[in-house]
Amino acid sequence: MPVTHLTLVDYAVMAIYFAVVLGIGWVLRRKMRTSNDFFLSGRSLPPWVTGLAFLSANLGAQEVIGMGASGAKYGIATSHFYWIGAVPAMLFVGIFMMPFYYGSRARSVPEYLKLRFDEKTRTLNAVSFAAMTIFSSGVSMYAMGKLLNLLLGWDFDTSVVVAGGIVLAYVLLGGLTSAIYNEVLQFFMIVFGFAPLVWIGLRSVGGWDGLTTKLSEAAVAKGLPAEAYTHAWRGMGDASTNPIGVEWFGLVLGLGVVLSFGYWCTDFLVVQRAMAADSMTAARRTPLIAALPKMLFPFLVILPGMIALVLSGDVGAAGQGIIPPKFDASGVAMVDAAGRVVLDYDLATPMMLVKLFPSGMLGLGLTALIASFMSGMAGNVTAFNTVWTYDIYQSHIRRGASDAHYLWMGRAATVGGILLSLAAAYVAGSFNNIMDFLQLIFAFVNAPLFATFALGMFWKRSTGHGAFWGLVSGTLAATIHHGLTLAVGSVPGIKGGYFGMLNLYPSEMAQTFYTAISAFVTCLVVTVLVSLVTRPRAEEELKGLVYSLTPRPSDGALPWTQRPAVLALGILGLILILNIIFY
Amino acid sequence: MSGGGNLDLRYPIGGLFVALGLILTGYGIATSGNTAMYARSTALNVNLWWGLVMLAFGGLFIAMAMRAARRATRD
Repeated sequence: MPVTHLTLVDYAVMAIYFAVVLGIGWVLRRKMRTSNDFFLSGRSLPPWVTGLAFLSANLGAQEVIGMGASGAKYGIATSHFYWIGAVPAMLFVGIFMMPFYYGSRARSVPEYLKLRFDEKTRTLNAVSFAAMTIFSSGVSMYAMGKLLNLLLGWDFDTSVVVAGGIVLAYVLLGGLTSAIYNEVLQFFMIVFGFAPLVWIGLRSVGGWDGLTTKLSEAAVAKGLPAEAYTHAWRGMGDASTNPIGVEWFGLVLGLGVVLSFGYWCTDFLVVQRAMAADSMTAARRTPLIAALPKMLFPFLVILPGMIALVLSGDVGAAGQGIIPPKFDASGVAMVDAAGRVVLDYDLATPMMLVKLFPSGMLGLGLTALIASFMSGMAGNVTAFNTVWTYDIYQSHIRRGASDAHYLWMGRAATVGGILLSLAAAYVAGSFNNIMDFLQLIFAFVNAPLFATFALGMFWKRSTGHGAFWGLVSGTLAATIHHGLTLAVGSVPGIKGGYFGMLNLYPSEMAQTFYTAISAFVTCLVVTVLVSLVTRPRAEEELKGLVYSLTPRPSDGALPWTQRPAVLALGILGLILILNIIFY
Repeated sequence: MSGGGNLDLRYPIGGLFVALGLILTGYGIATSGNTAMYARSTALNVNLWWGLVMLAFGGLFIAMAMRAARRATRD
């Protein structure tokens, strides 16, 4: 029994959007002459385009839905993921790291590791990254099929295959440029699809004042201080006085430093967008331009969740509000230890769309949601085909072939990537535990990455052996830490505690943050120690790859308003103001 | 400089939003008396108002692209 149904006008909105998406691929098909065009857009895009794509590539549906869910669970404190998490890391990658990514002419992030360190470090990173992109694009497809089935009663197989087919068509036709252009389009769709949701949502709860009053009541009902949902920092002194269940130290170091920098500064999915920019300055401005809207996204994606929580009324009741209860396998609503109904927070934002939008706007909102699922898939597939072709195929399977051959391989890898993603979507559907398990493994592999890149770029003494063993031991440390700890309320198993019980964390989030911290610190220490006993590379070979051996990019010729450093300082100031307002 | 002959992305974005804006505005006008339909959106004819916003945004993007194209041919 679907929750709602679409009318003709909704289908018209959807059809026009997809016509434009495919049209962009069609127009771009003649530009794809070399592998450089296909994988790097010929390094020819203006910074506002790469900047919005940088933002949008990460703005998959998991983010829109996940941040809405976190908004309903944690309130305004969810903004830490933006104001402590993403934005500072985005400024750092633009100002300090982009000169090496763009300047070294590496075609991918793993290739930078090859230039800076050695082949084995690159291969380790390339293989885990390639597997991860397939997996995340599969999970994204699976989530889309399931959601559309629930909301509209659409057939799972048809939705997944049609969405995969559209992505395949426009990436095959227009390569990375097509994916990037569609990401920019999707950025505007998300903004225009969700801004009215916030507008109407706020109207229906009595404005901002109405929202904060009702959220205070909800916080007190849960045994938290009244301001827990409406202040980002006030409860952060102790894990028990904020809904995230972590104290400021773990938050700042775990989320703010390790996880965010590890993602935004090393993940090829986003860095690839900046590498497609038309100049060094444009590449450096790419993440900075992205940071500006990113800073304001909490209002767009977190607020719908917070409003949904308020509109759900008494959480202790049968959950008749906007957010439906979570059902177990036999179809019975799940209840927590205190006898309260467990809500399915992932449905907070989609249900807001369905309950507040009349037909017309409903088509727009759902198209925005579907667009974000599909662009999540396209982003992963374009990163996958590049890493596969350059870092795995060209360096291990077939060296020295013609450019036309690698272009052909890139297209073949696009088809292969989509097929593997679809397979992953079905695996996700049949073996939920396998996906949780894989997600955990990837978290362990990613956690130490930033230590490796930071040492590689800023310490010329670090060596390839150091980097490789640092990464391996960081991943091991994450596994051991996770295996020895558990969060309150979890049972030993996939949630941790499989090696024993050393520490009990107040929340899963706290456990995740400290797992990342232990991986990062271990990787840092091991890389330094191994580097000191292995032979460094000649300084001559490291020019353009390491900070102290590379001439500073000079922005002197630019008007001051366009200098990356000025832009970054301005954004930093705004972030500070936002944190103070929502203290 | 603006992308070595790449398609100016402002045209498809502008075109998309003009088309969507027209549809929603038209639909909003056609359904303007329907209070039952707009009860869920706090009695606000959101199709009409948001349609107009999208129309204006799309028009702005097309105007910007046309201005850039004119400037490029003049040089």
